[in-house]
Amino acid sequence: MTTKEATFTYTLRLGDDALILGHRLSELCSKAPFIEEDLALTNIALDMIGRAQAMLSHAAELEGKGKTADDLAYRRPEINYYNHLITEQPNGDFAHTIVRQLYLSAFEFLFYCELEKSKDETLAAIAKKASKEVQYHWQHAMDWTIRLGDGTGESKRRMQIALYELWMYTGELFEMDAVDETLIKAGIAVDLTSLKTQWLNLIKNTVTEATLLMPDDTYMQSGSRKGIHSEHLGHILSELQYLQRAYPDAIW
Amino acid sequence: MVTTEQLALNVYNLISEIPDPEIPVITIKDLGILRDVVYSNGEFVVNITPTYMACPAMGMIEDQIKEILATNGIQHVRVNLTYTPAWTTDWLSSEAKQKLKKYGIAPPSHSSCTKLVNSPETVACPQCNSKDTELISRFGSTACKALYKCNSCKESFDLFKCH
Repeated sequence: MTTKEATFTYTLRLGDDALILGHRLSELCSKAPFIEEDLALTNIALDMIGRAQAMLSHAAELEGKGKTADDLAYRRPEINYYNHLITEQPNGDFAHTIVRQLYLSAFEFLFYCELEKSKDETLAAIAKKASKEVQYHWQHAMDWTIRLGDGTGESKRRMQIALYELWMYTGELFEMDAVDETLIKAGIAVDLTSLKTQWLNLIKNTVTEATLLMPDDTYMQSGSRKGIHSEHLGHILSELQYLQRAYPDAIW
Repeated sequence: MVTTEQLALNVYNLISEIPDPEIPVITIKDLGILRDVVYSNGEFVVNITPTYMACPAMGMIEDQIKEILATNGIQHVRVNLTYTPAWTTDWLSSEAKQKLKKYGIAPPSHSSCTKLVNSPETVACPQCNSKDTELISRFGSTACKALYKCNSCKESFDLFKCH
């Protein structure tokens, strides 16, 4: 595996995370509990789609096969998507949406601050923008976690269930394979080992402040980096890719 | 003889007054979206940078740049979207901030925001200047704004987020 090939895969993975989470969040457009929250969630979705566009354009360039960001977004089968499993989990009730955001935005906040130092100039530039955007996502998730956890009996119960149910998808965030190892040596990728403790602290502090309990260590799901997904990704793609599959090459 | 630098400057001046599609009181130059214009290999390259990565106004800005230049007889134009250096609200001139305030949008209060998390912001109401204001939502009508309300004059208003 050359550095360029590894960078392509690495960028594609980051693009897929943003694309699939962006799609999930966009499903909440006009369905959030109230209008300000509707704006918040769709704004976060928009940040994700913007990041997906930037990452997938860069990936297409690195691949050098004349593809565009749209080709990568709309024309791959499910097994060729590499987004983390947590990004494709259903929105569920509002507590599940918020906990997914809590786990992910804390991770992304730490991750993109580190990626700013990447020796790949484009990744570093995207990271610089993403790290600013994701601070707002993290703050938003944190506010809600505290408000709902320390809220009514019902909101607390739902938050606790969501914290437990999504926990098994968090182990994957810190997995690394040959792609990561090649690129860490080249100064391009982020070494996730050091992020794990910081991430745990961020989550623990927020969960404690929200008077909720941290989930116990449990079996962790894995597979997305090899293209193995939960049942949900296929359903997302059937919607996301519908237009390009039904009317190939359709443009605005 | 006119140098290519002068020609590029001419192009820059022609497009610098394009208003931002979402906040029409300030120009793309005021906002720092328009970075520079260079002449290379027989074409003018206009470098622009997005405020937020998904800023939906970028496509419209690109169209407007091309349209203005075409009406002025300048054909060979390429609009290049660049992410480096990353856009920041530090680039807003004090004049631009005044224009925002007059328009009813509270300008970003501090210039640098690397330690945004957990730092409570005191935001003055753009209508009555009262500092007794309250955050309604961190996300407003566009990606770059948050929604506030003033407890003195009871008006709600947008804050141009520090970025």
